[in-house]
Amino acid sequence: MIRATSRGFLWLGIAVILFLPLPAIGQQQVENCAACHQALPDGRLAEPAKQFVGDIHAVKGFGCVSCHGGDAPDTEMSAMNPAKGYIGKPTGTKIVDVCGRCHSDARFMRQYNPALRVDQVTEYYTSVHGRRLKEQKDSKVATCASCHKPHSIKAPSDPRSSVHPLHVADTCGSCHANAEYMAPYKIPTDQLANYKKSVHWRMMANKGDLSAPTCNDCHGNHGAAPPGISWVGNVCSQCHAVNGELFSKSRHSQVFVQMGIPGCATCHDNHQILETSDELIGTQDKAVCTRCHTGEDRGGKSAAAMRAMIDSLRQEYDKAHAILLKAGHAGMEVSQPEFDLNEAKTALIKARAAIHAFSVVTLKKEVDPGLQVSAKAYAGGLKALEELGFRRKWLAVSAVIILALIVGLVLKIRQMESAQKGSDKEGV
Amino acid sequence: MDMENRSPEHGKLWHWLDERIGLKDFEKLARKKEVPVHQHTIWYYFGGMTLFLFMIQVLSGILLLLYYRPSATEAYESIQFLMTEVQFGWLVRSVHAWSANLMILAMFVHMFSALMLRSYRRPREVTWLSGGGLLGLALAFGFTGYLLPWNELAFFATRVGTEIPGVLPIIGSFLRRFLRGGEDVTGATLTRFYGIHVAVLPAIVTVILGLHLFMVQKHGMSVPPDVERRGWSRRVMPFLPNFLLRDLVGWLCALGVLAALAAYYPAELGKKADPFQPAPIGIKPEWYFMAMFQTLKLLPAHILGIEGELLGVLGFGAIGAVLILMPFVDRRAAVGQPSRFPAAFGIALILYTILLTYLGYTMSPTK
Repeated sequence: MIRATSRGFLWLGIAVILFLPLPAIGQQQVENCAACHQALPDGRLAEPAKQFVGDIHAVKGFGCVSCHGGDAPDTEMSAMNPAKGYIGKPTGTKIVDVCGRCHSDARFMRQYNPALRVDQVTEYYTSVHGRRLKEQKDSKVATCASCHKPHSIKAPSDPRSSVHPLHVADTCGSCHANAEYMAPYKIPTDQLANYKKSVHWRMMANKGDLSAPTCNDCHGNHGAAPPGISWVGNVCSQCHAVNGELFSKSRHSQVFVQMGIPGCATCHDNHQILETSDELIGTQDKAVCTRCHTGEDRGGKSAAAMRAMIDSLRQEYDKAHAILLKAGHAGMEVSQPEFDLNEAKTALIKARAAIHAFSVVTLKKEVDPGLQVSAKAYAGGLKALEELGFRRKWLAVSAVIILALIVGLVLKIRQMESAQKGSDKEGV
Repeated sequence: MDMENRSPEHGKLWHWLDERIGLKDFEKLARKKEVPVHQHTIWYYFGGMTLFLFMIQVLSGILLLLYYRPSATEAYESIQFLMTEVQFGWLVRSVHAWSANLMILAMFVHMFSALMLRSYRRPREVTWLSGGGLLGLALAFGFTGYLLPWNELAFFATRVGTEIPGVLPIIGSFLRRFLRGGEDVTGATLTRFYGIHVAVLPAIVTVILGLHLFMVQKHGMSVPPDVERRGWSRRVMPFLPNFLLRDLVGWLCALGVLAALAAYYPAELGKKADPFQPAPIGIKPEWYFMAMFQTLKLLPAHILGIEGELLGVLGFGAIGAVLILMPFVDRRAAVGQPSRFPAAFGIALILYTILLTYLGYTMSPTK
């Protein structure tokens, strides 16, 4: 009886083990593909298997069959039988389908990265790339695998990733800067070179500011497309919010749309966005206003007036800053006026932004307080230097008095000691 | 008081005071004091110079007290106000800061000259010991006073400075907490340093300085043994007025230098201390702590299994102990025999201090 009961438990145990739920995709699978592929002499077949070890999917427990299909436990060539779901190397829309199978499944993706968006495929088919692929069967356009290097995909935050902010421009540029490859599309191929001259790239590459925009910040990533003329301002104002708001309320905003020219890019360019300077405004050589205005029309006169206001604030600020620096180097305590002068610097920054309203009245509201603060700080510096002169004058006076006292004392000592010697001799 | 005893050289006020407090006795005492004249007489002036600068410290310190507010929220602002709004406030603070530096310099010269001339010999051991105590107190004045403006440099230098005693075994952590008034340098440290700077140290200095001056008066100036051996002519000058008038010349020179330093290099204030900011690169203590600071920086983390900093602090202690106990270490000078050790020790210490101070100001702060 006891033996029969034991045997019953044994069978029950085997049954429990056999009928355990199958491991979900992504949990460690029995994987025989890599074992053969890594050893193959043909690099095209071996390299992917070798690289895949560090791929984010492999790290999360996915194997070759997750994308390529087939029978992973099978150690023979029969593992790659299409009947067993093997699809080989996907191309074109197949790539999007394979990636989208998991990445568009919110419930599935939640297990791995709940914050990750799941609309990449939808977005992709709104992009120029996706539309050309779907509608024109254009096999040259970028698909998922063009930007996310297959078999060595890393999280975008990983500096080794091809879509890390530092590498996005080069990844896009691998096609868009290739004149030969892009020839059929008849679009410029200087975007990468221009972008690398821009202030945005300098901030990103030289200053390490990963929040500086790269291709996808303006064009979108999966839904990549050139921003339309009417909404280019919206793109820039994601970061330059104040400038964007001022511009949208300005006359230029409507006029530019009527003229069919883009907002920000008309003055600042699109890819080669250089560091701005006060020279951009006005009617002088480097001023961008002269592209549309002359010095004689109303707009040109306003531009010249605005330039004069900005220049005066900058000069007054520089003058106050220089005098405070001079006084500070001379040892005078000017930390309070130096602190106050920060307000003028803020006013200058706000005034430069206010130019985007293209209104002399709006600009004056920012410039005037800055001028007042600068004048006050300058007066503080002047007072400190006057005080310094006063101190040095009185130092000279006190030095004369001290010197006179010293001379007097020395004479007194000599006179006294010669008298003492005289009396000593008389005593002798 | 009979009229015959009245000396014609003094006025009525002098006689009035003499009747009541006995000025004649003081005059007799002062006239009795003589200063030996020989090739090393110049070194005798540095004691008086230190005293003069100390008096300036006391006077300028009292004036600073009228405006200084000892709290983390107000200290910096009160000095900023003093430097910019109070008439001659800048002068008082600059004189206080510069005079402190000159006083410590004069004190070092005074101590090393006394060491080289073997002035600590019997019966002047107590004079030497009290002088050593005064030097320690002056350094404590410097250390506590440095924090009071509550600026960035002082704050972080004090954080490093109060960290150093923490390496001592057993009492280390207590000492650090005692100095800081808590686990870190805070407003509590400021009020504590303020109390020590303006009340505790002055009280102790008054007693020890009194003892030191009394001892100098009692034993007179020491004639160096090598001067005596070479046959000193026994030439002397009266302290009053000959030596005192010469002293006055020196003090006036010091006053002139102080005025020039205050006018051309007024004491800086820098940025207000912000405990939440990281320590700026290149924080430095006052110059008289630089040699010790640099030594600790250059010492390796471990020497023969002992923590390098601990060994450094113990080394400073040992050097200080040898210096202060010199009257008892140098037995040969005590019995009138030539002794080379104090001079060799003094010169080595001076050279080491100069070298390490130089390195402290010139070496890259990140090394």
